[in-house]
Amino acid sequence: MYRNLTIRQKQIVWAWAFLALPVLFYTVIRFYPTGNAILISFQNWNLLGARTWAGLENYEKLWNDPVFWKVFQNTFLYLLIGTPLSLVLSFVIAYHLDKLRFMHGFLRMLYFLPFMTSAVAMAWVWRWFYQDVPIGLFNNILSGFGIPQISFLNSTTNALPAVLAPAVWAGLGFQVIIFMAGLRAIPTSYYEAAKIDGVGWWTVLTQITLPLLRPTIVFIVVFSSIGFLRIFDHVFNMTTNNPGGPLNATKPLVLMIYDTAFNGFNMGYAAAQTVVLFTILLIVSLIQLRLLRSE
Amino acid sequence: MVAAPGTPRASSDALLNTQRSRRPRNMGQIIRWLLLFIGGILMIMPIAYMISTSLKWPHEVYNVKLIPDEPTIENYTYVLEDGRFYWWFVNSIIIATITTICNLLFDSLVGYTLCKFRFPGRQIVFIAILSTLMIPTEMLVIPWYLMSQSFGWLDSYWGIMFPGLMTAFGTFLMKQFFESVPDDFIEAARIDGLNELQIWWTVAMPLVKPALAALAIFVFLGNWTAFLWPLIVTNSVDMYTIPVGLSGFGDEADVAWELIMTGAAISTIPTLVVFLIFQRFIIRGVVMAGLKG
Repeated sequence: MYRNLTIRQKQIVWAWAFLALPVLFYTVIRFYPTGNAILISFQNWNLLGARTWAGLENYEKLWNDPVFWKVFQNTFLYLLIGTPLSLVLSFVIAYHLDKLRFMHGFLRMLYFLPFMTSAVAMAWVWRWFYQDVPIGLFNNILSGFGIPQISFLNSTTNALPAVLAPAVWAGLGFQVIIFMAGLRAIPTSYYEAAKIDGVGWWTVLTQITLPLLRPTIVFIVVFSSIGFLRIFDHVFNMTTNNPGGPLNATKPLVLMIYDTAFNGFNMGYAAAQTVVLFTILLIVSLIQLRLLRSE
Repeated sequence: MVAAPGTPRASSDALLNTQRSRRPRNMGQIIRWLLLFIGGILMIMPIAYMISTSLKWPHEVYNVKLIPDEPTIENYTYVLEDGRFYWWFVNSIIIATITTICNLLFDSLVGYTLCKFRFPGRQIVFIAILSTLMIPTEMLVIPWYLMSQSFGWLDSYWGIMFPGLMTAFGTFLMKQFFESVPDDFIEAARIDGLNELQIWWTVAMPLVKPALAALAIFVFLGNWTAFLWPLIVTNSVDMYTIPVGLSGFGDEADVAWELIMTGAAISTIPTLVVFLIFQRFIIRGVVMAGLKG
């Protein structure tokens, strides 16, 4: 049978033979669960009892849940503080590192190393840093200078930035590397022309470097935005005694989903929250596509 | 004037900079270097303190000194003798390795097929796979959990691994790299009588080794540090991966900070060592994956 096929037909057979298992995988492990999550979000179900149709009940409950709005606010605070902060820091580091030759590789390694760590391990390290005197490193250093100790993880105002710090720290190296690759890609002839014209460094930066880096900047903004919107590991591990605490001050959406589904076993309500997360991420990605296309 | 080949920057500097303006520029370079150096040292401080504390006796832990007065490996002996970390480490190694191998095989096979074959449905399959990039893992964990529950996959290696055996990111990355494999090579192999599977494995795969390495790094690191799904799907201590185990270990009320730091170091040191050995290579891989993927 196979022998009688034309070359083109044989290719089609091979292609689908190669794709059979992957197509099955993507259907069963990606698309079916996506539909299933959306379906469950319209149901009431606590894993044990019967699944009952709930219509929009879960979404209404979400809309009227003050905890959800607090969580929503926290999630966007992570995004709105984390993204600009890591963008500016990584650009400044990459911009200057790019101009250095002496021990360039060594400096680059120092900045990149945190990217290779595990979020859980580093969350515990930072958690220890944040403890009160006489345990935590930061407060011990402060008290060494005679400065009164700061309450980090137990304060409703300081806890969120304190949890965010290691997340920004760990992602910085990756962004520096990407920025440096972007800077390298700018042809030196632009800079030479600017030099001959006697243009100052600020003008070079704002008129040449930044505009030409736009694709890199868009990539980093989207990549880190999605990361901050999905923050979980750091928050969970730095607040295990009271996940998302104190008083939900650090609780992001993913932690609320985890809590609702696997501690409260309220699957329908949790699924509705995942649909909200999906929608938020989708909007962010679409904004990215628009920004890239308008180029 | 034409710049000497190989030194375009230096020659234009020589043209434009007078002797006087060179000195401050060098001073500026020194300050720039020093600031970046200090920043870099601050960046690795958390890692340095983690390792330093894991080598301290309990009475020294709250001392801010980085170098322990009497370094000890007592904490490591204690944590490893406890036995749990040993199993978590083994679990993590097994899971990350198998997942990485699966991704290398399947992502490259799919990427290759989508890149080099012309067949009905190609575009649809490509867009379908690409669109899964938009679906966040967090949305899938509930259905995955229910699926695992009904098939008895909870608390097993398969249960931890199955969601990550193929990734759209890897498929897309490999497809990009197979674009650079000339069609002539494949055509020539076909004339030599190789079948399509052999062509993929013996002709195309060796040509994209750098991309495979980049993908391997990303998948391995991703699975080594994965937390949310392993936390959900495992429930017996023996099945934990290192991050899940470490999280529970840190939470035990009687565990001291030097022991937590030891556990954290055990989970971090392997990836750091691998990075330090293959540094240039990994950074290049990360850039490739980041920009092409």
